Amino acid sequence: MAPAIEVRSLSRVFSGRGNTLALDNVDLTVEEGELFGLLGPNGAGKTTLIKILCTLLLPSSGTASVLGHDVDADAKQIRKRINMVSGGEISGYGLLTIRENLWMFTQFYGVPGKVARERIDSLLETFGLQDKADAKLRTVSTGQRQKMNIIRGFATDPELIFLDEPTLGLDVSTSIAIRNYLREWVRERSGRTMLLTTHYMREAEELCDRVAIIDRGRIVAVDTPAGLKRRVGSGSSFLIETTPFDPEPMRSLPGVRGMTARPADGHMNIRMVLDDESVIADVISSIVSSGARVIGLSKNEPTLEDAFMHLVGRGLE
Amino acid sequence: MSDWALNLRAGMARAYARTVGATREPSWVVFDVLLPLLGVAAYIYYYRALGADPAFEGFVVLGGAMTAFWLNVLWGMAAQLYWEREVGNLQLFMVAPMSRMALLAGMALGGLFTSAVRALSTLVLGVLIFQVHMSVADPLALAAVFSLTMLAVYGMGMVLSSLFLMYGRDAWNISNLMQEPVYLVSGFYFPVRELGLGVSALATLIPVTLGLDAMRQLLFGAASQGLLPVWLEASMLALQAAAFFLLARFSLDRMEQRGRREGRLTLRWQ
Repeated sequence: MAPAIEVRSLSRVFSGRGNTLALDNVDLTVEEGELFGLLGPNGAGKTTLIKILCTLLLPSSGTASVLGHDVDADAKQIRKRINMVSGGEISGYGLLTIRENLWMFTQFYGVPGKVARERIDSLLETFGLQDKADAKLRTVSTGQRQKMNIIRGFATDPELIFLDEPTLGLDVSTSIAIRNYLREWVRERSGRTMLLTTHYMREAEELCDRVAIIDRGRIVAVDTPAGLKRRVGSGSSFLIETTPFDPEPMRSLPGVRGMTARPADGHMNIRMVLDDESVIADVISSIVSSGARVIGLSKNEPTLEDAFMHLVGRGLE
Repeated sequence: MSDWALNLRAGMARAYARTVGATREPSWVVFDVLLPLLGVAAYIYYYRALGADPAFEGFVVLGGAMTAFWLNVLWGMAAQLYWEREVGNLQLFMVAPMSRMALLAGMALGGLFTSAVRALSTLVLGVLIFQVHMSVADPLALAAVFSLTMLAVYGMGMVLSSLFLMYGRDAWNISNLMQEPVYLVSGFYFPVRELGLGVSALATLIPVTLGLDAMRQLLFGAASQGLLPVWLEASMLALQAAAFFLLARFSLDRMEQRGRREGRLTLRWQ
């Protein structure tokens, strides 16, 4: 059985003010039936890769095939069997209702009218959007609009769906509803494949069978979330709460594998992956000598974020 | 599902979206009916003040009605794919398996319907308010010329649509640039022959020139000072329609491939 997605030595260069290498010699295989995640910071190349696989963009070099068809030569064959949804999408027509917009997009895939209406009704109910079905698109909230976008992607019953940051900017409850549906869609339908890009660690960890970590256009690692976490190996993961200070110099301390620092409510949360526990003493000394105070300290089991830091050397944000 | 069935569904869906969308904004109706009528009124009073042949008032009403279609071709067809990209729809259209011609044909059909409402209202109100006399001696010929004009004009819109997509924001400027000058060189409000043979001949490259001239001849007879015989103008319109459709198909394929190569089918941030 051919893989759902096969990418070999794929590169993409954007010309303009100087050439930008968005994808650098990427190799990737996604098997049929997988829920596969692409995890990386903004600008890592996730969206560029999705655009190439969706036939919106051509590779500069290398090859990519989707459902056994080459993205360059057989775009039309691919398009019949896929769909895509992007987070923050503003597509559709504001003067049409949600139901009318959805119907229009199903017709672009030739879905028979009755089948389209039944699928749309069922998905509207699943996403709790039936009350807004006849509201003009321009009158609904961002979350409702994004739910419509997700429904649009699934209403054509694709064999392979590409979701580019599908929960971007959404509230917690909407994100949970969408994640639940995505998980069920792959599990309950044999042979359906999903490629999901996200920069939310939790989303990747909760949903994906395998995750590729992508950074600066290169695939850094591909594994299951558990496998990626194991790669932290003997390292130790710490969460340190401090008073505000500049933590950047700590990156260069011996034994510090990776670090993220986020200010929060007048203090700072620093997440660190260290070679071993003994390094924490040097870290604390560094914090104190910077004039800051340690408010809290905890040692954690490695998370996907720690794995990312371990592999890339920095956090996602 | 066969390709033609897919494309038929896609085209009808796009036409539906455009037609229904236009009816959801009642204020548009006011602007679409009243504003063209004001322009028509200005020309009619101008001709009356000069003591021109009353047939000229008919030319103005006919030209005023036809502006609806020309504006729709410029803003609803030519600039449409560019606008669709700006609002995020283009990438969804391009990911879909339908033919791009079906999409544009749907836009044209929807645009034709909404423009026809506006054109008809201009025509009826113009005739009633200004007591313009038109005699339709050969309604079949008139319908045929009108249909050929629409096919050729909207075919031209399809070609422009793919070209404008590649020229980004300049598309708006080009549309602006093509609006008023075409009113002049195509003779929207006067017999195009008045511009001289050279300019008139060049203007026949724009299908609306031939369509207007032929319809003027069919509605106003000898007073219309026709440029070419109606049958010849109709034949040229048929050729133009076929040429524009073929060119549109070729141009859309080329522009899509170029768009994929240069990354122009989506917004930069998407």
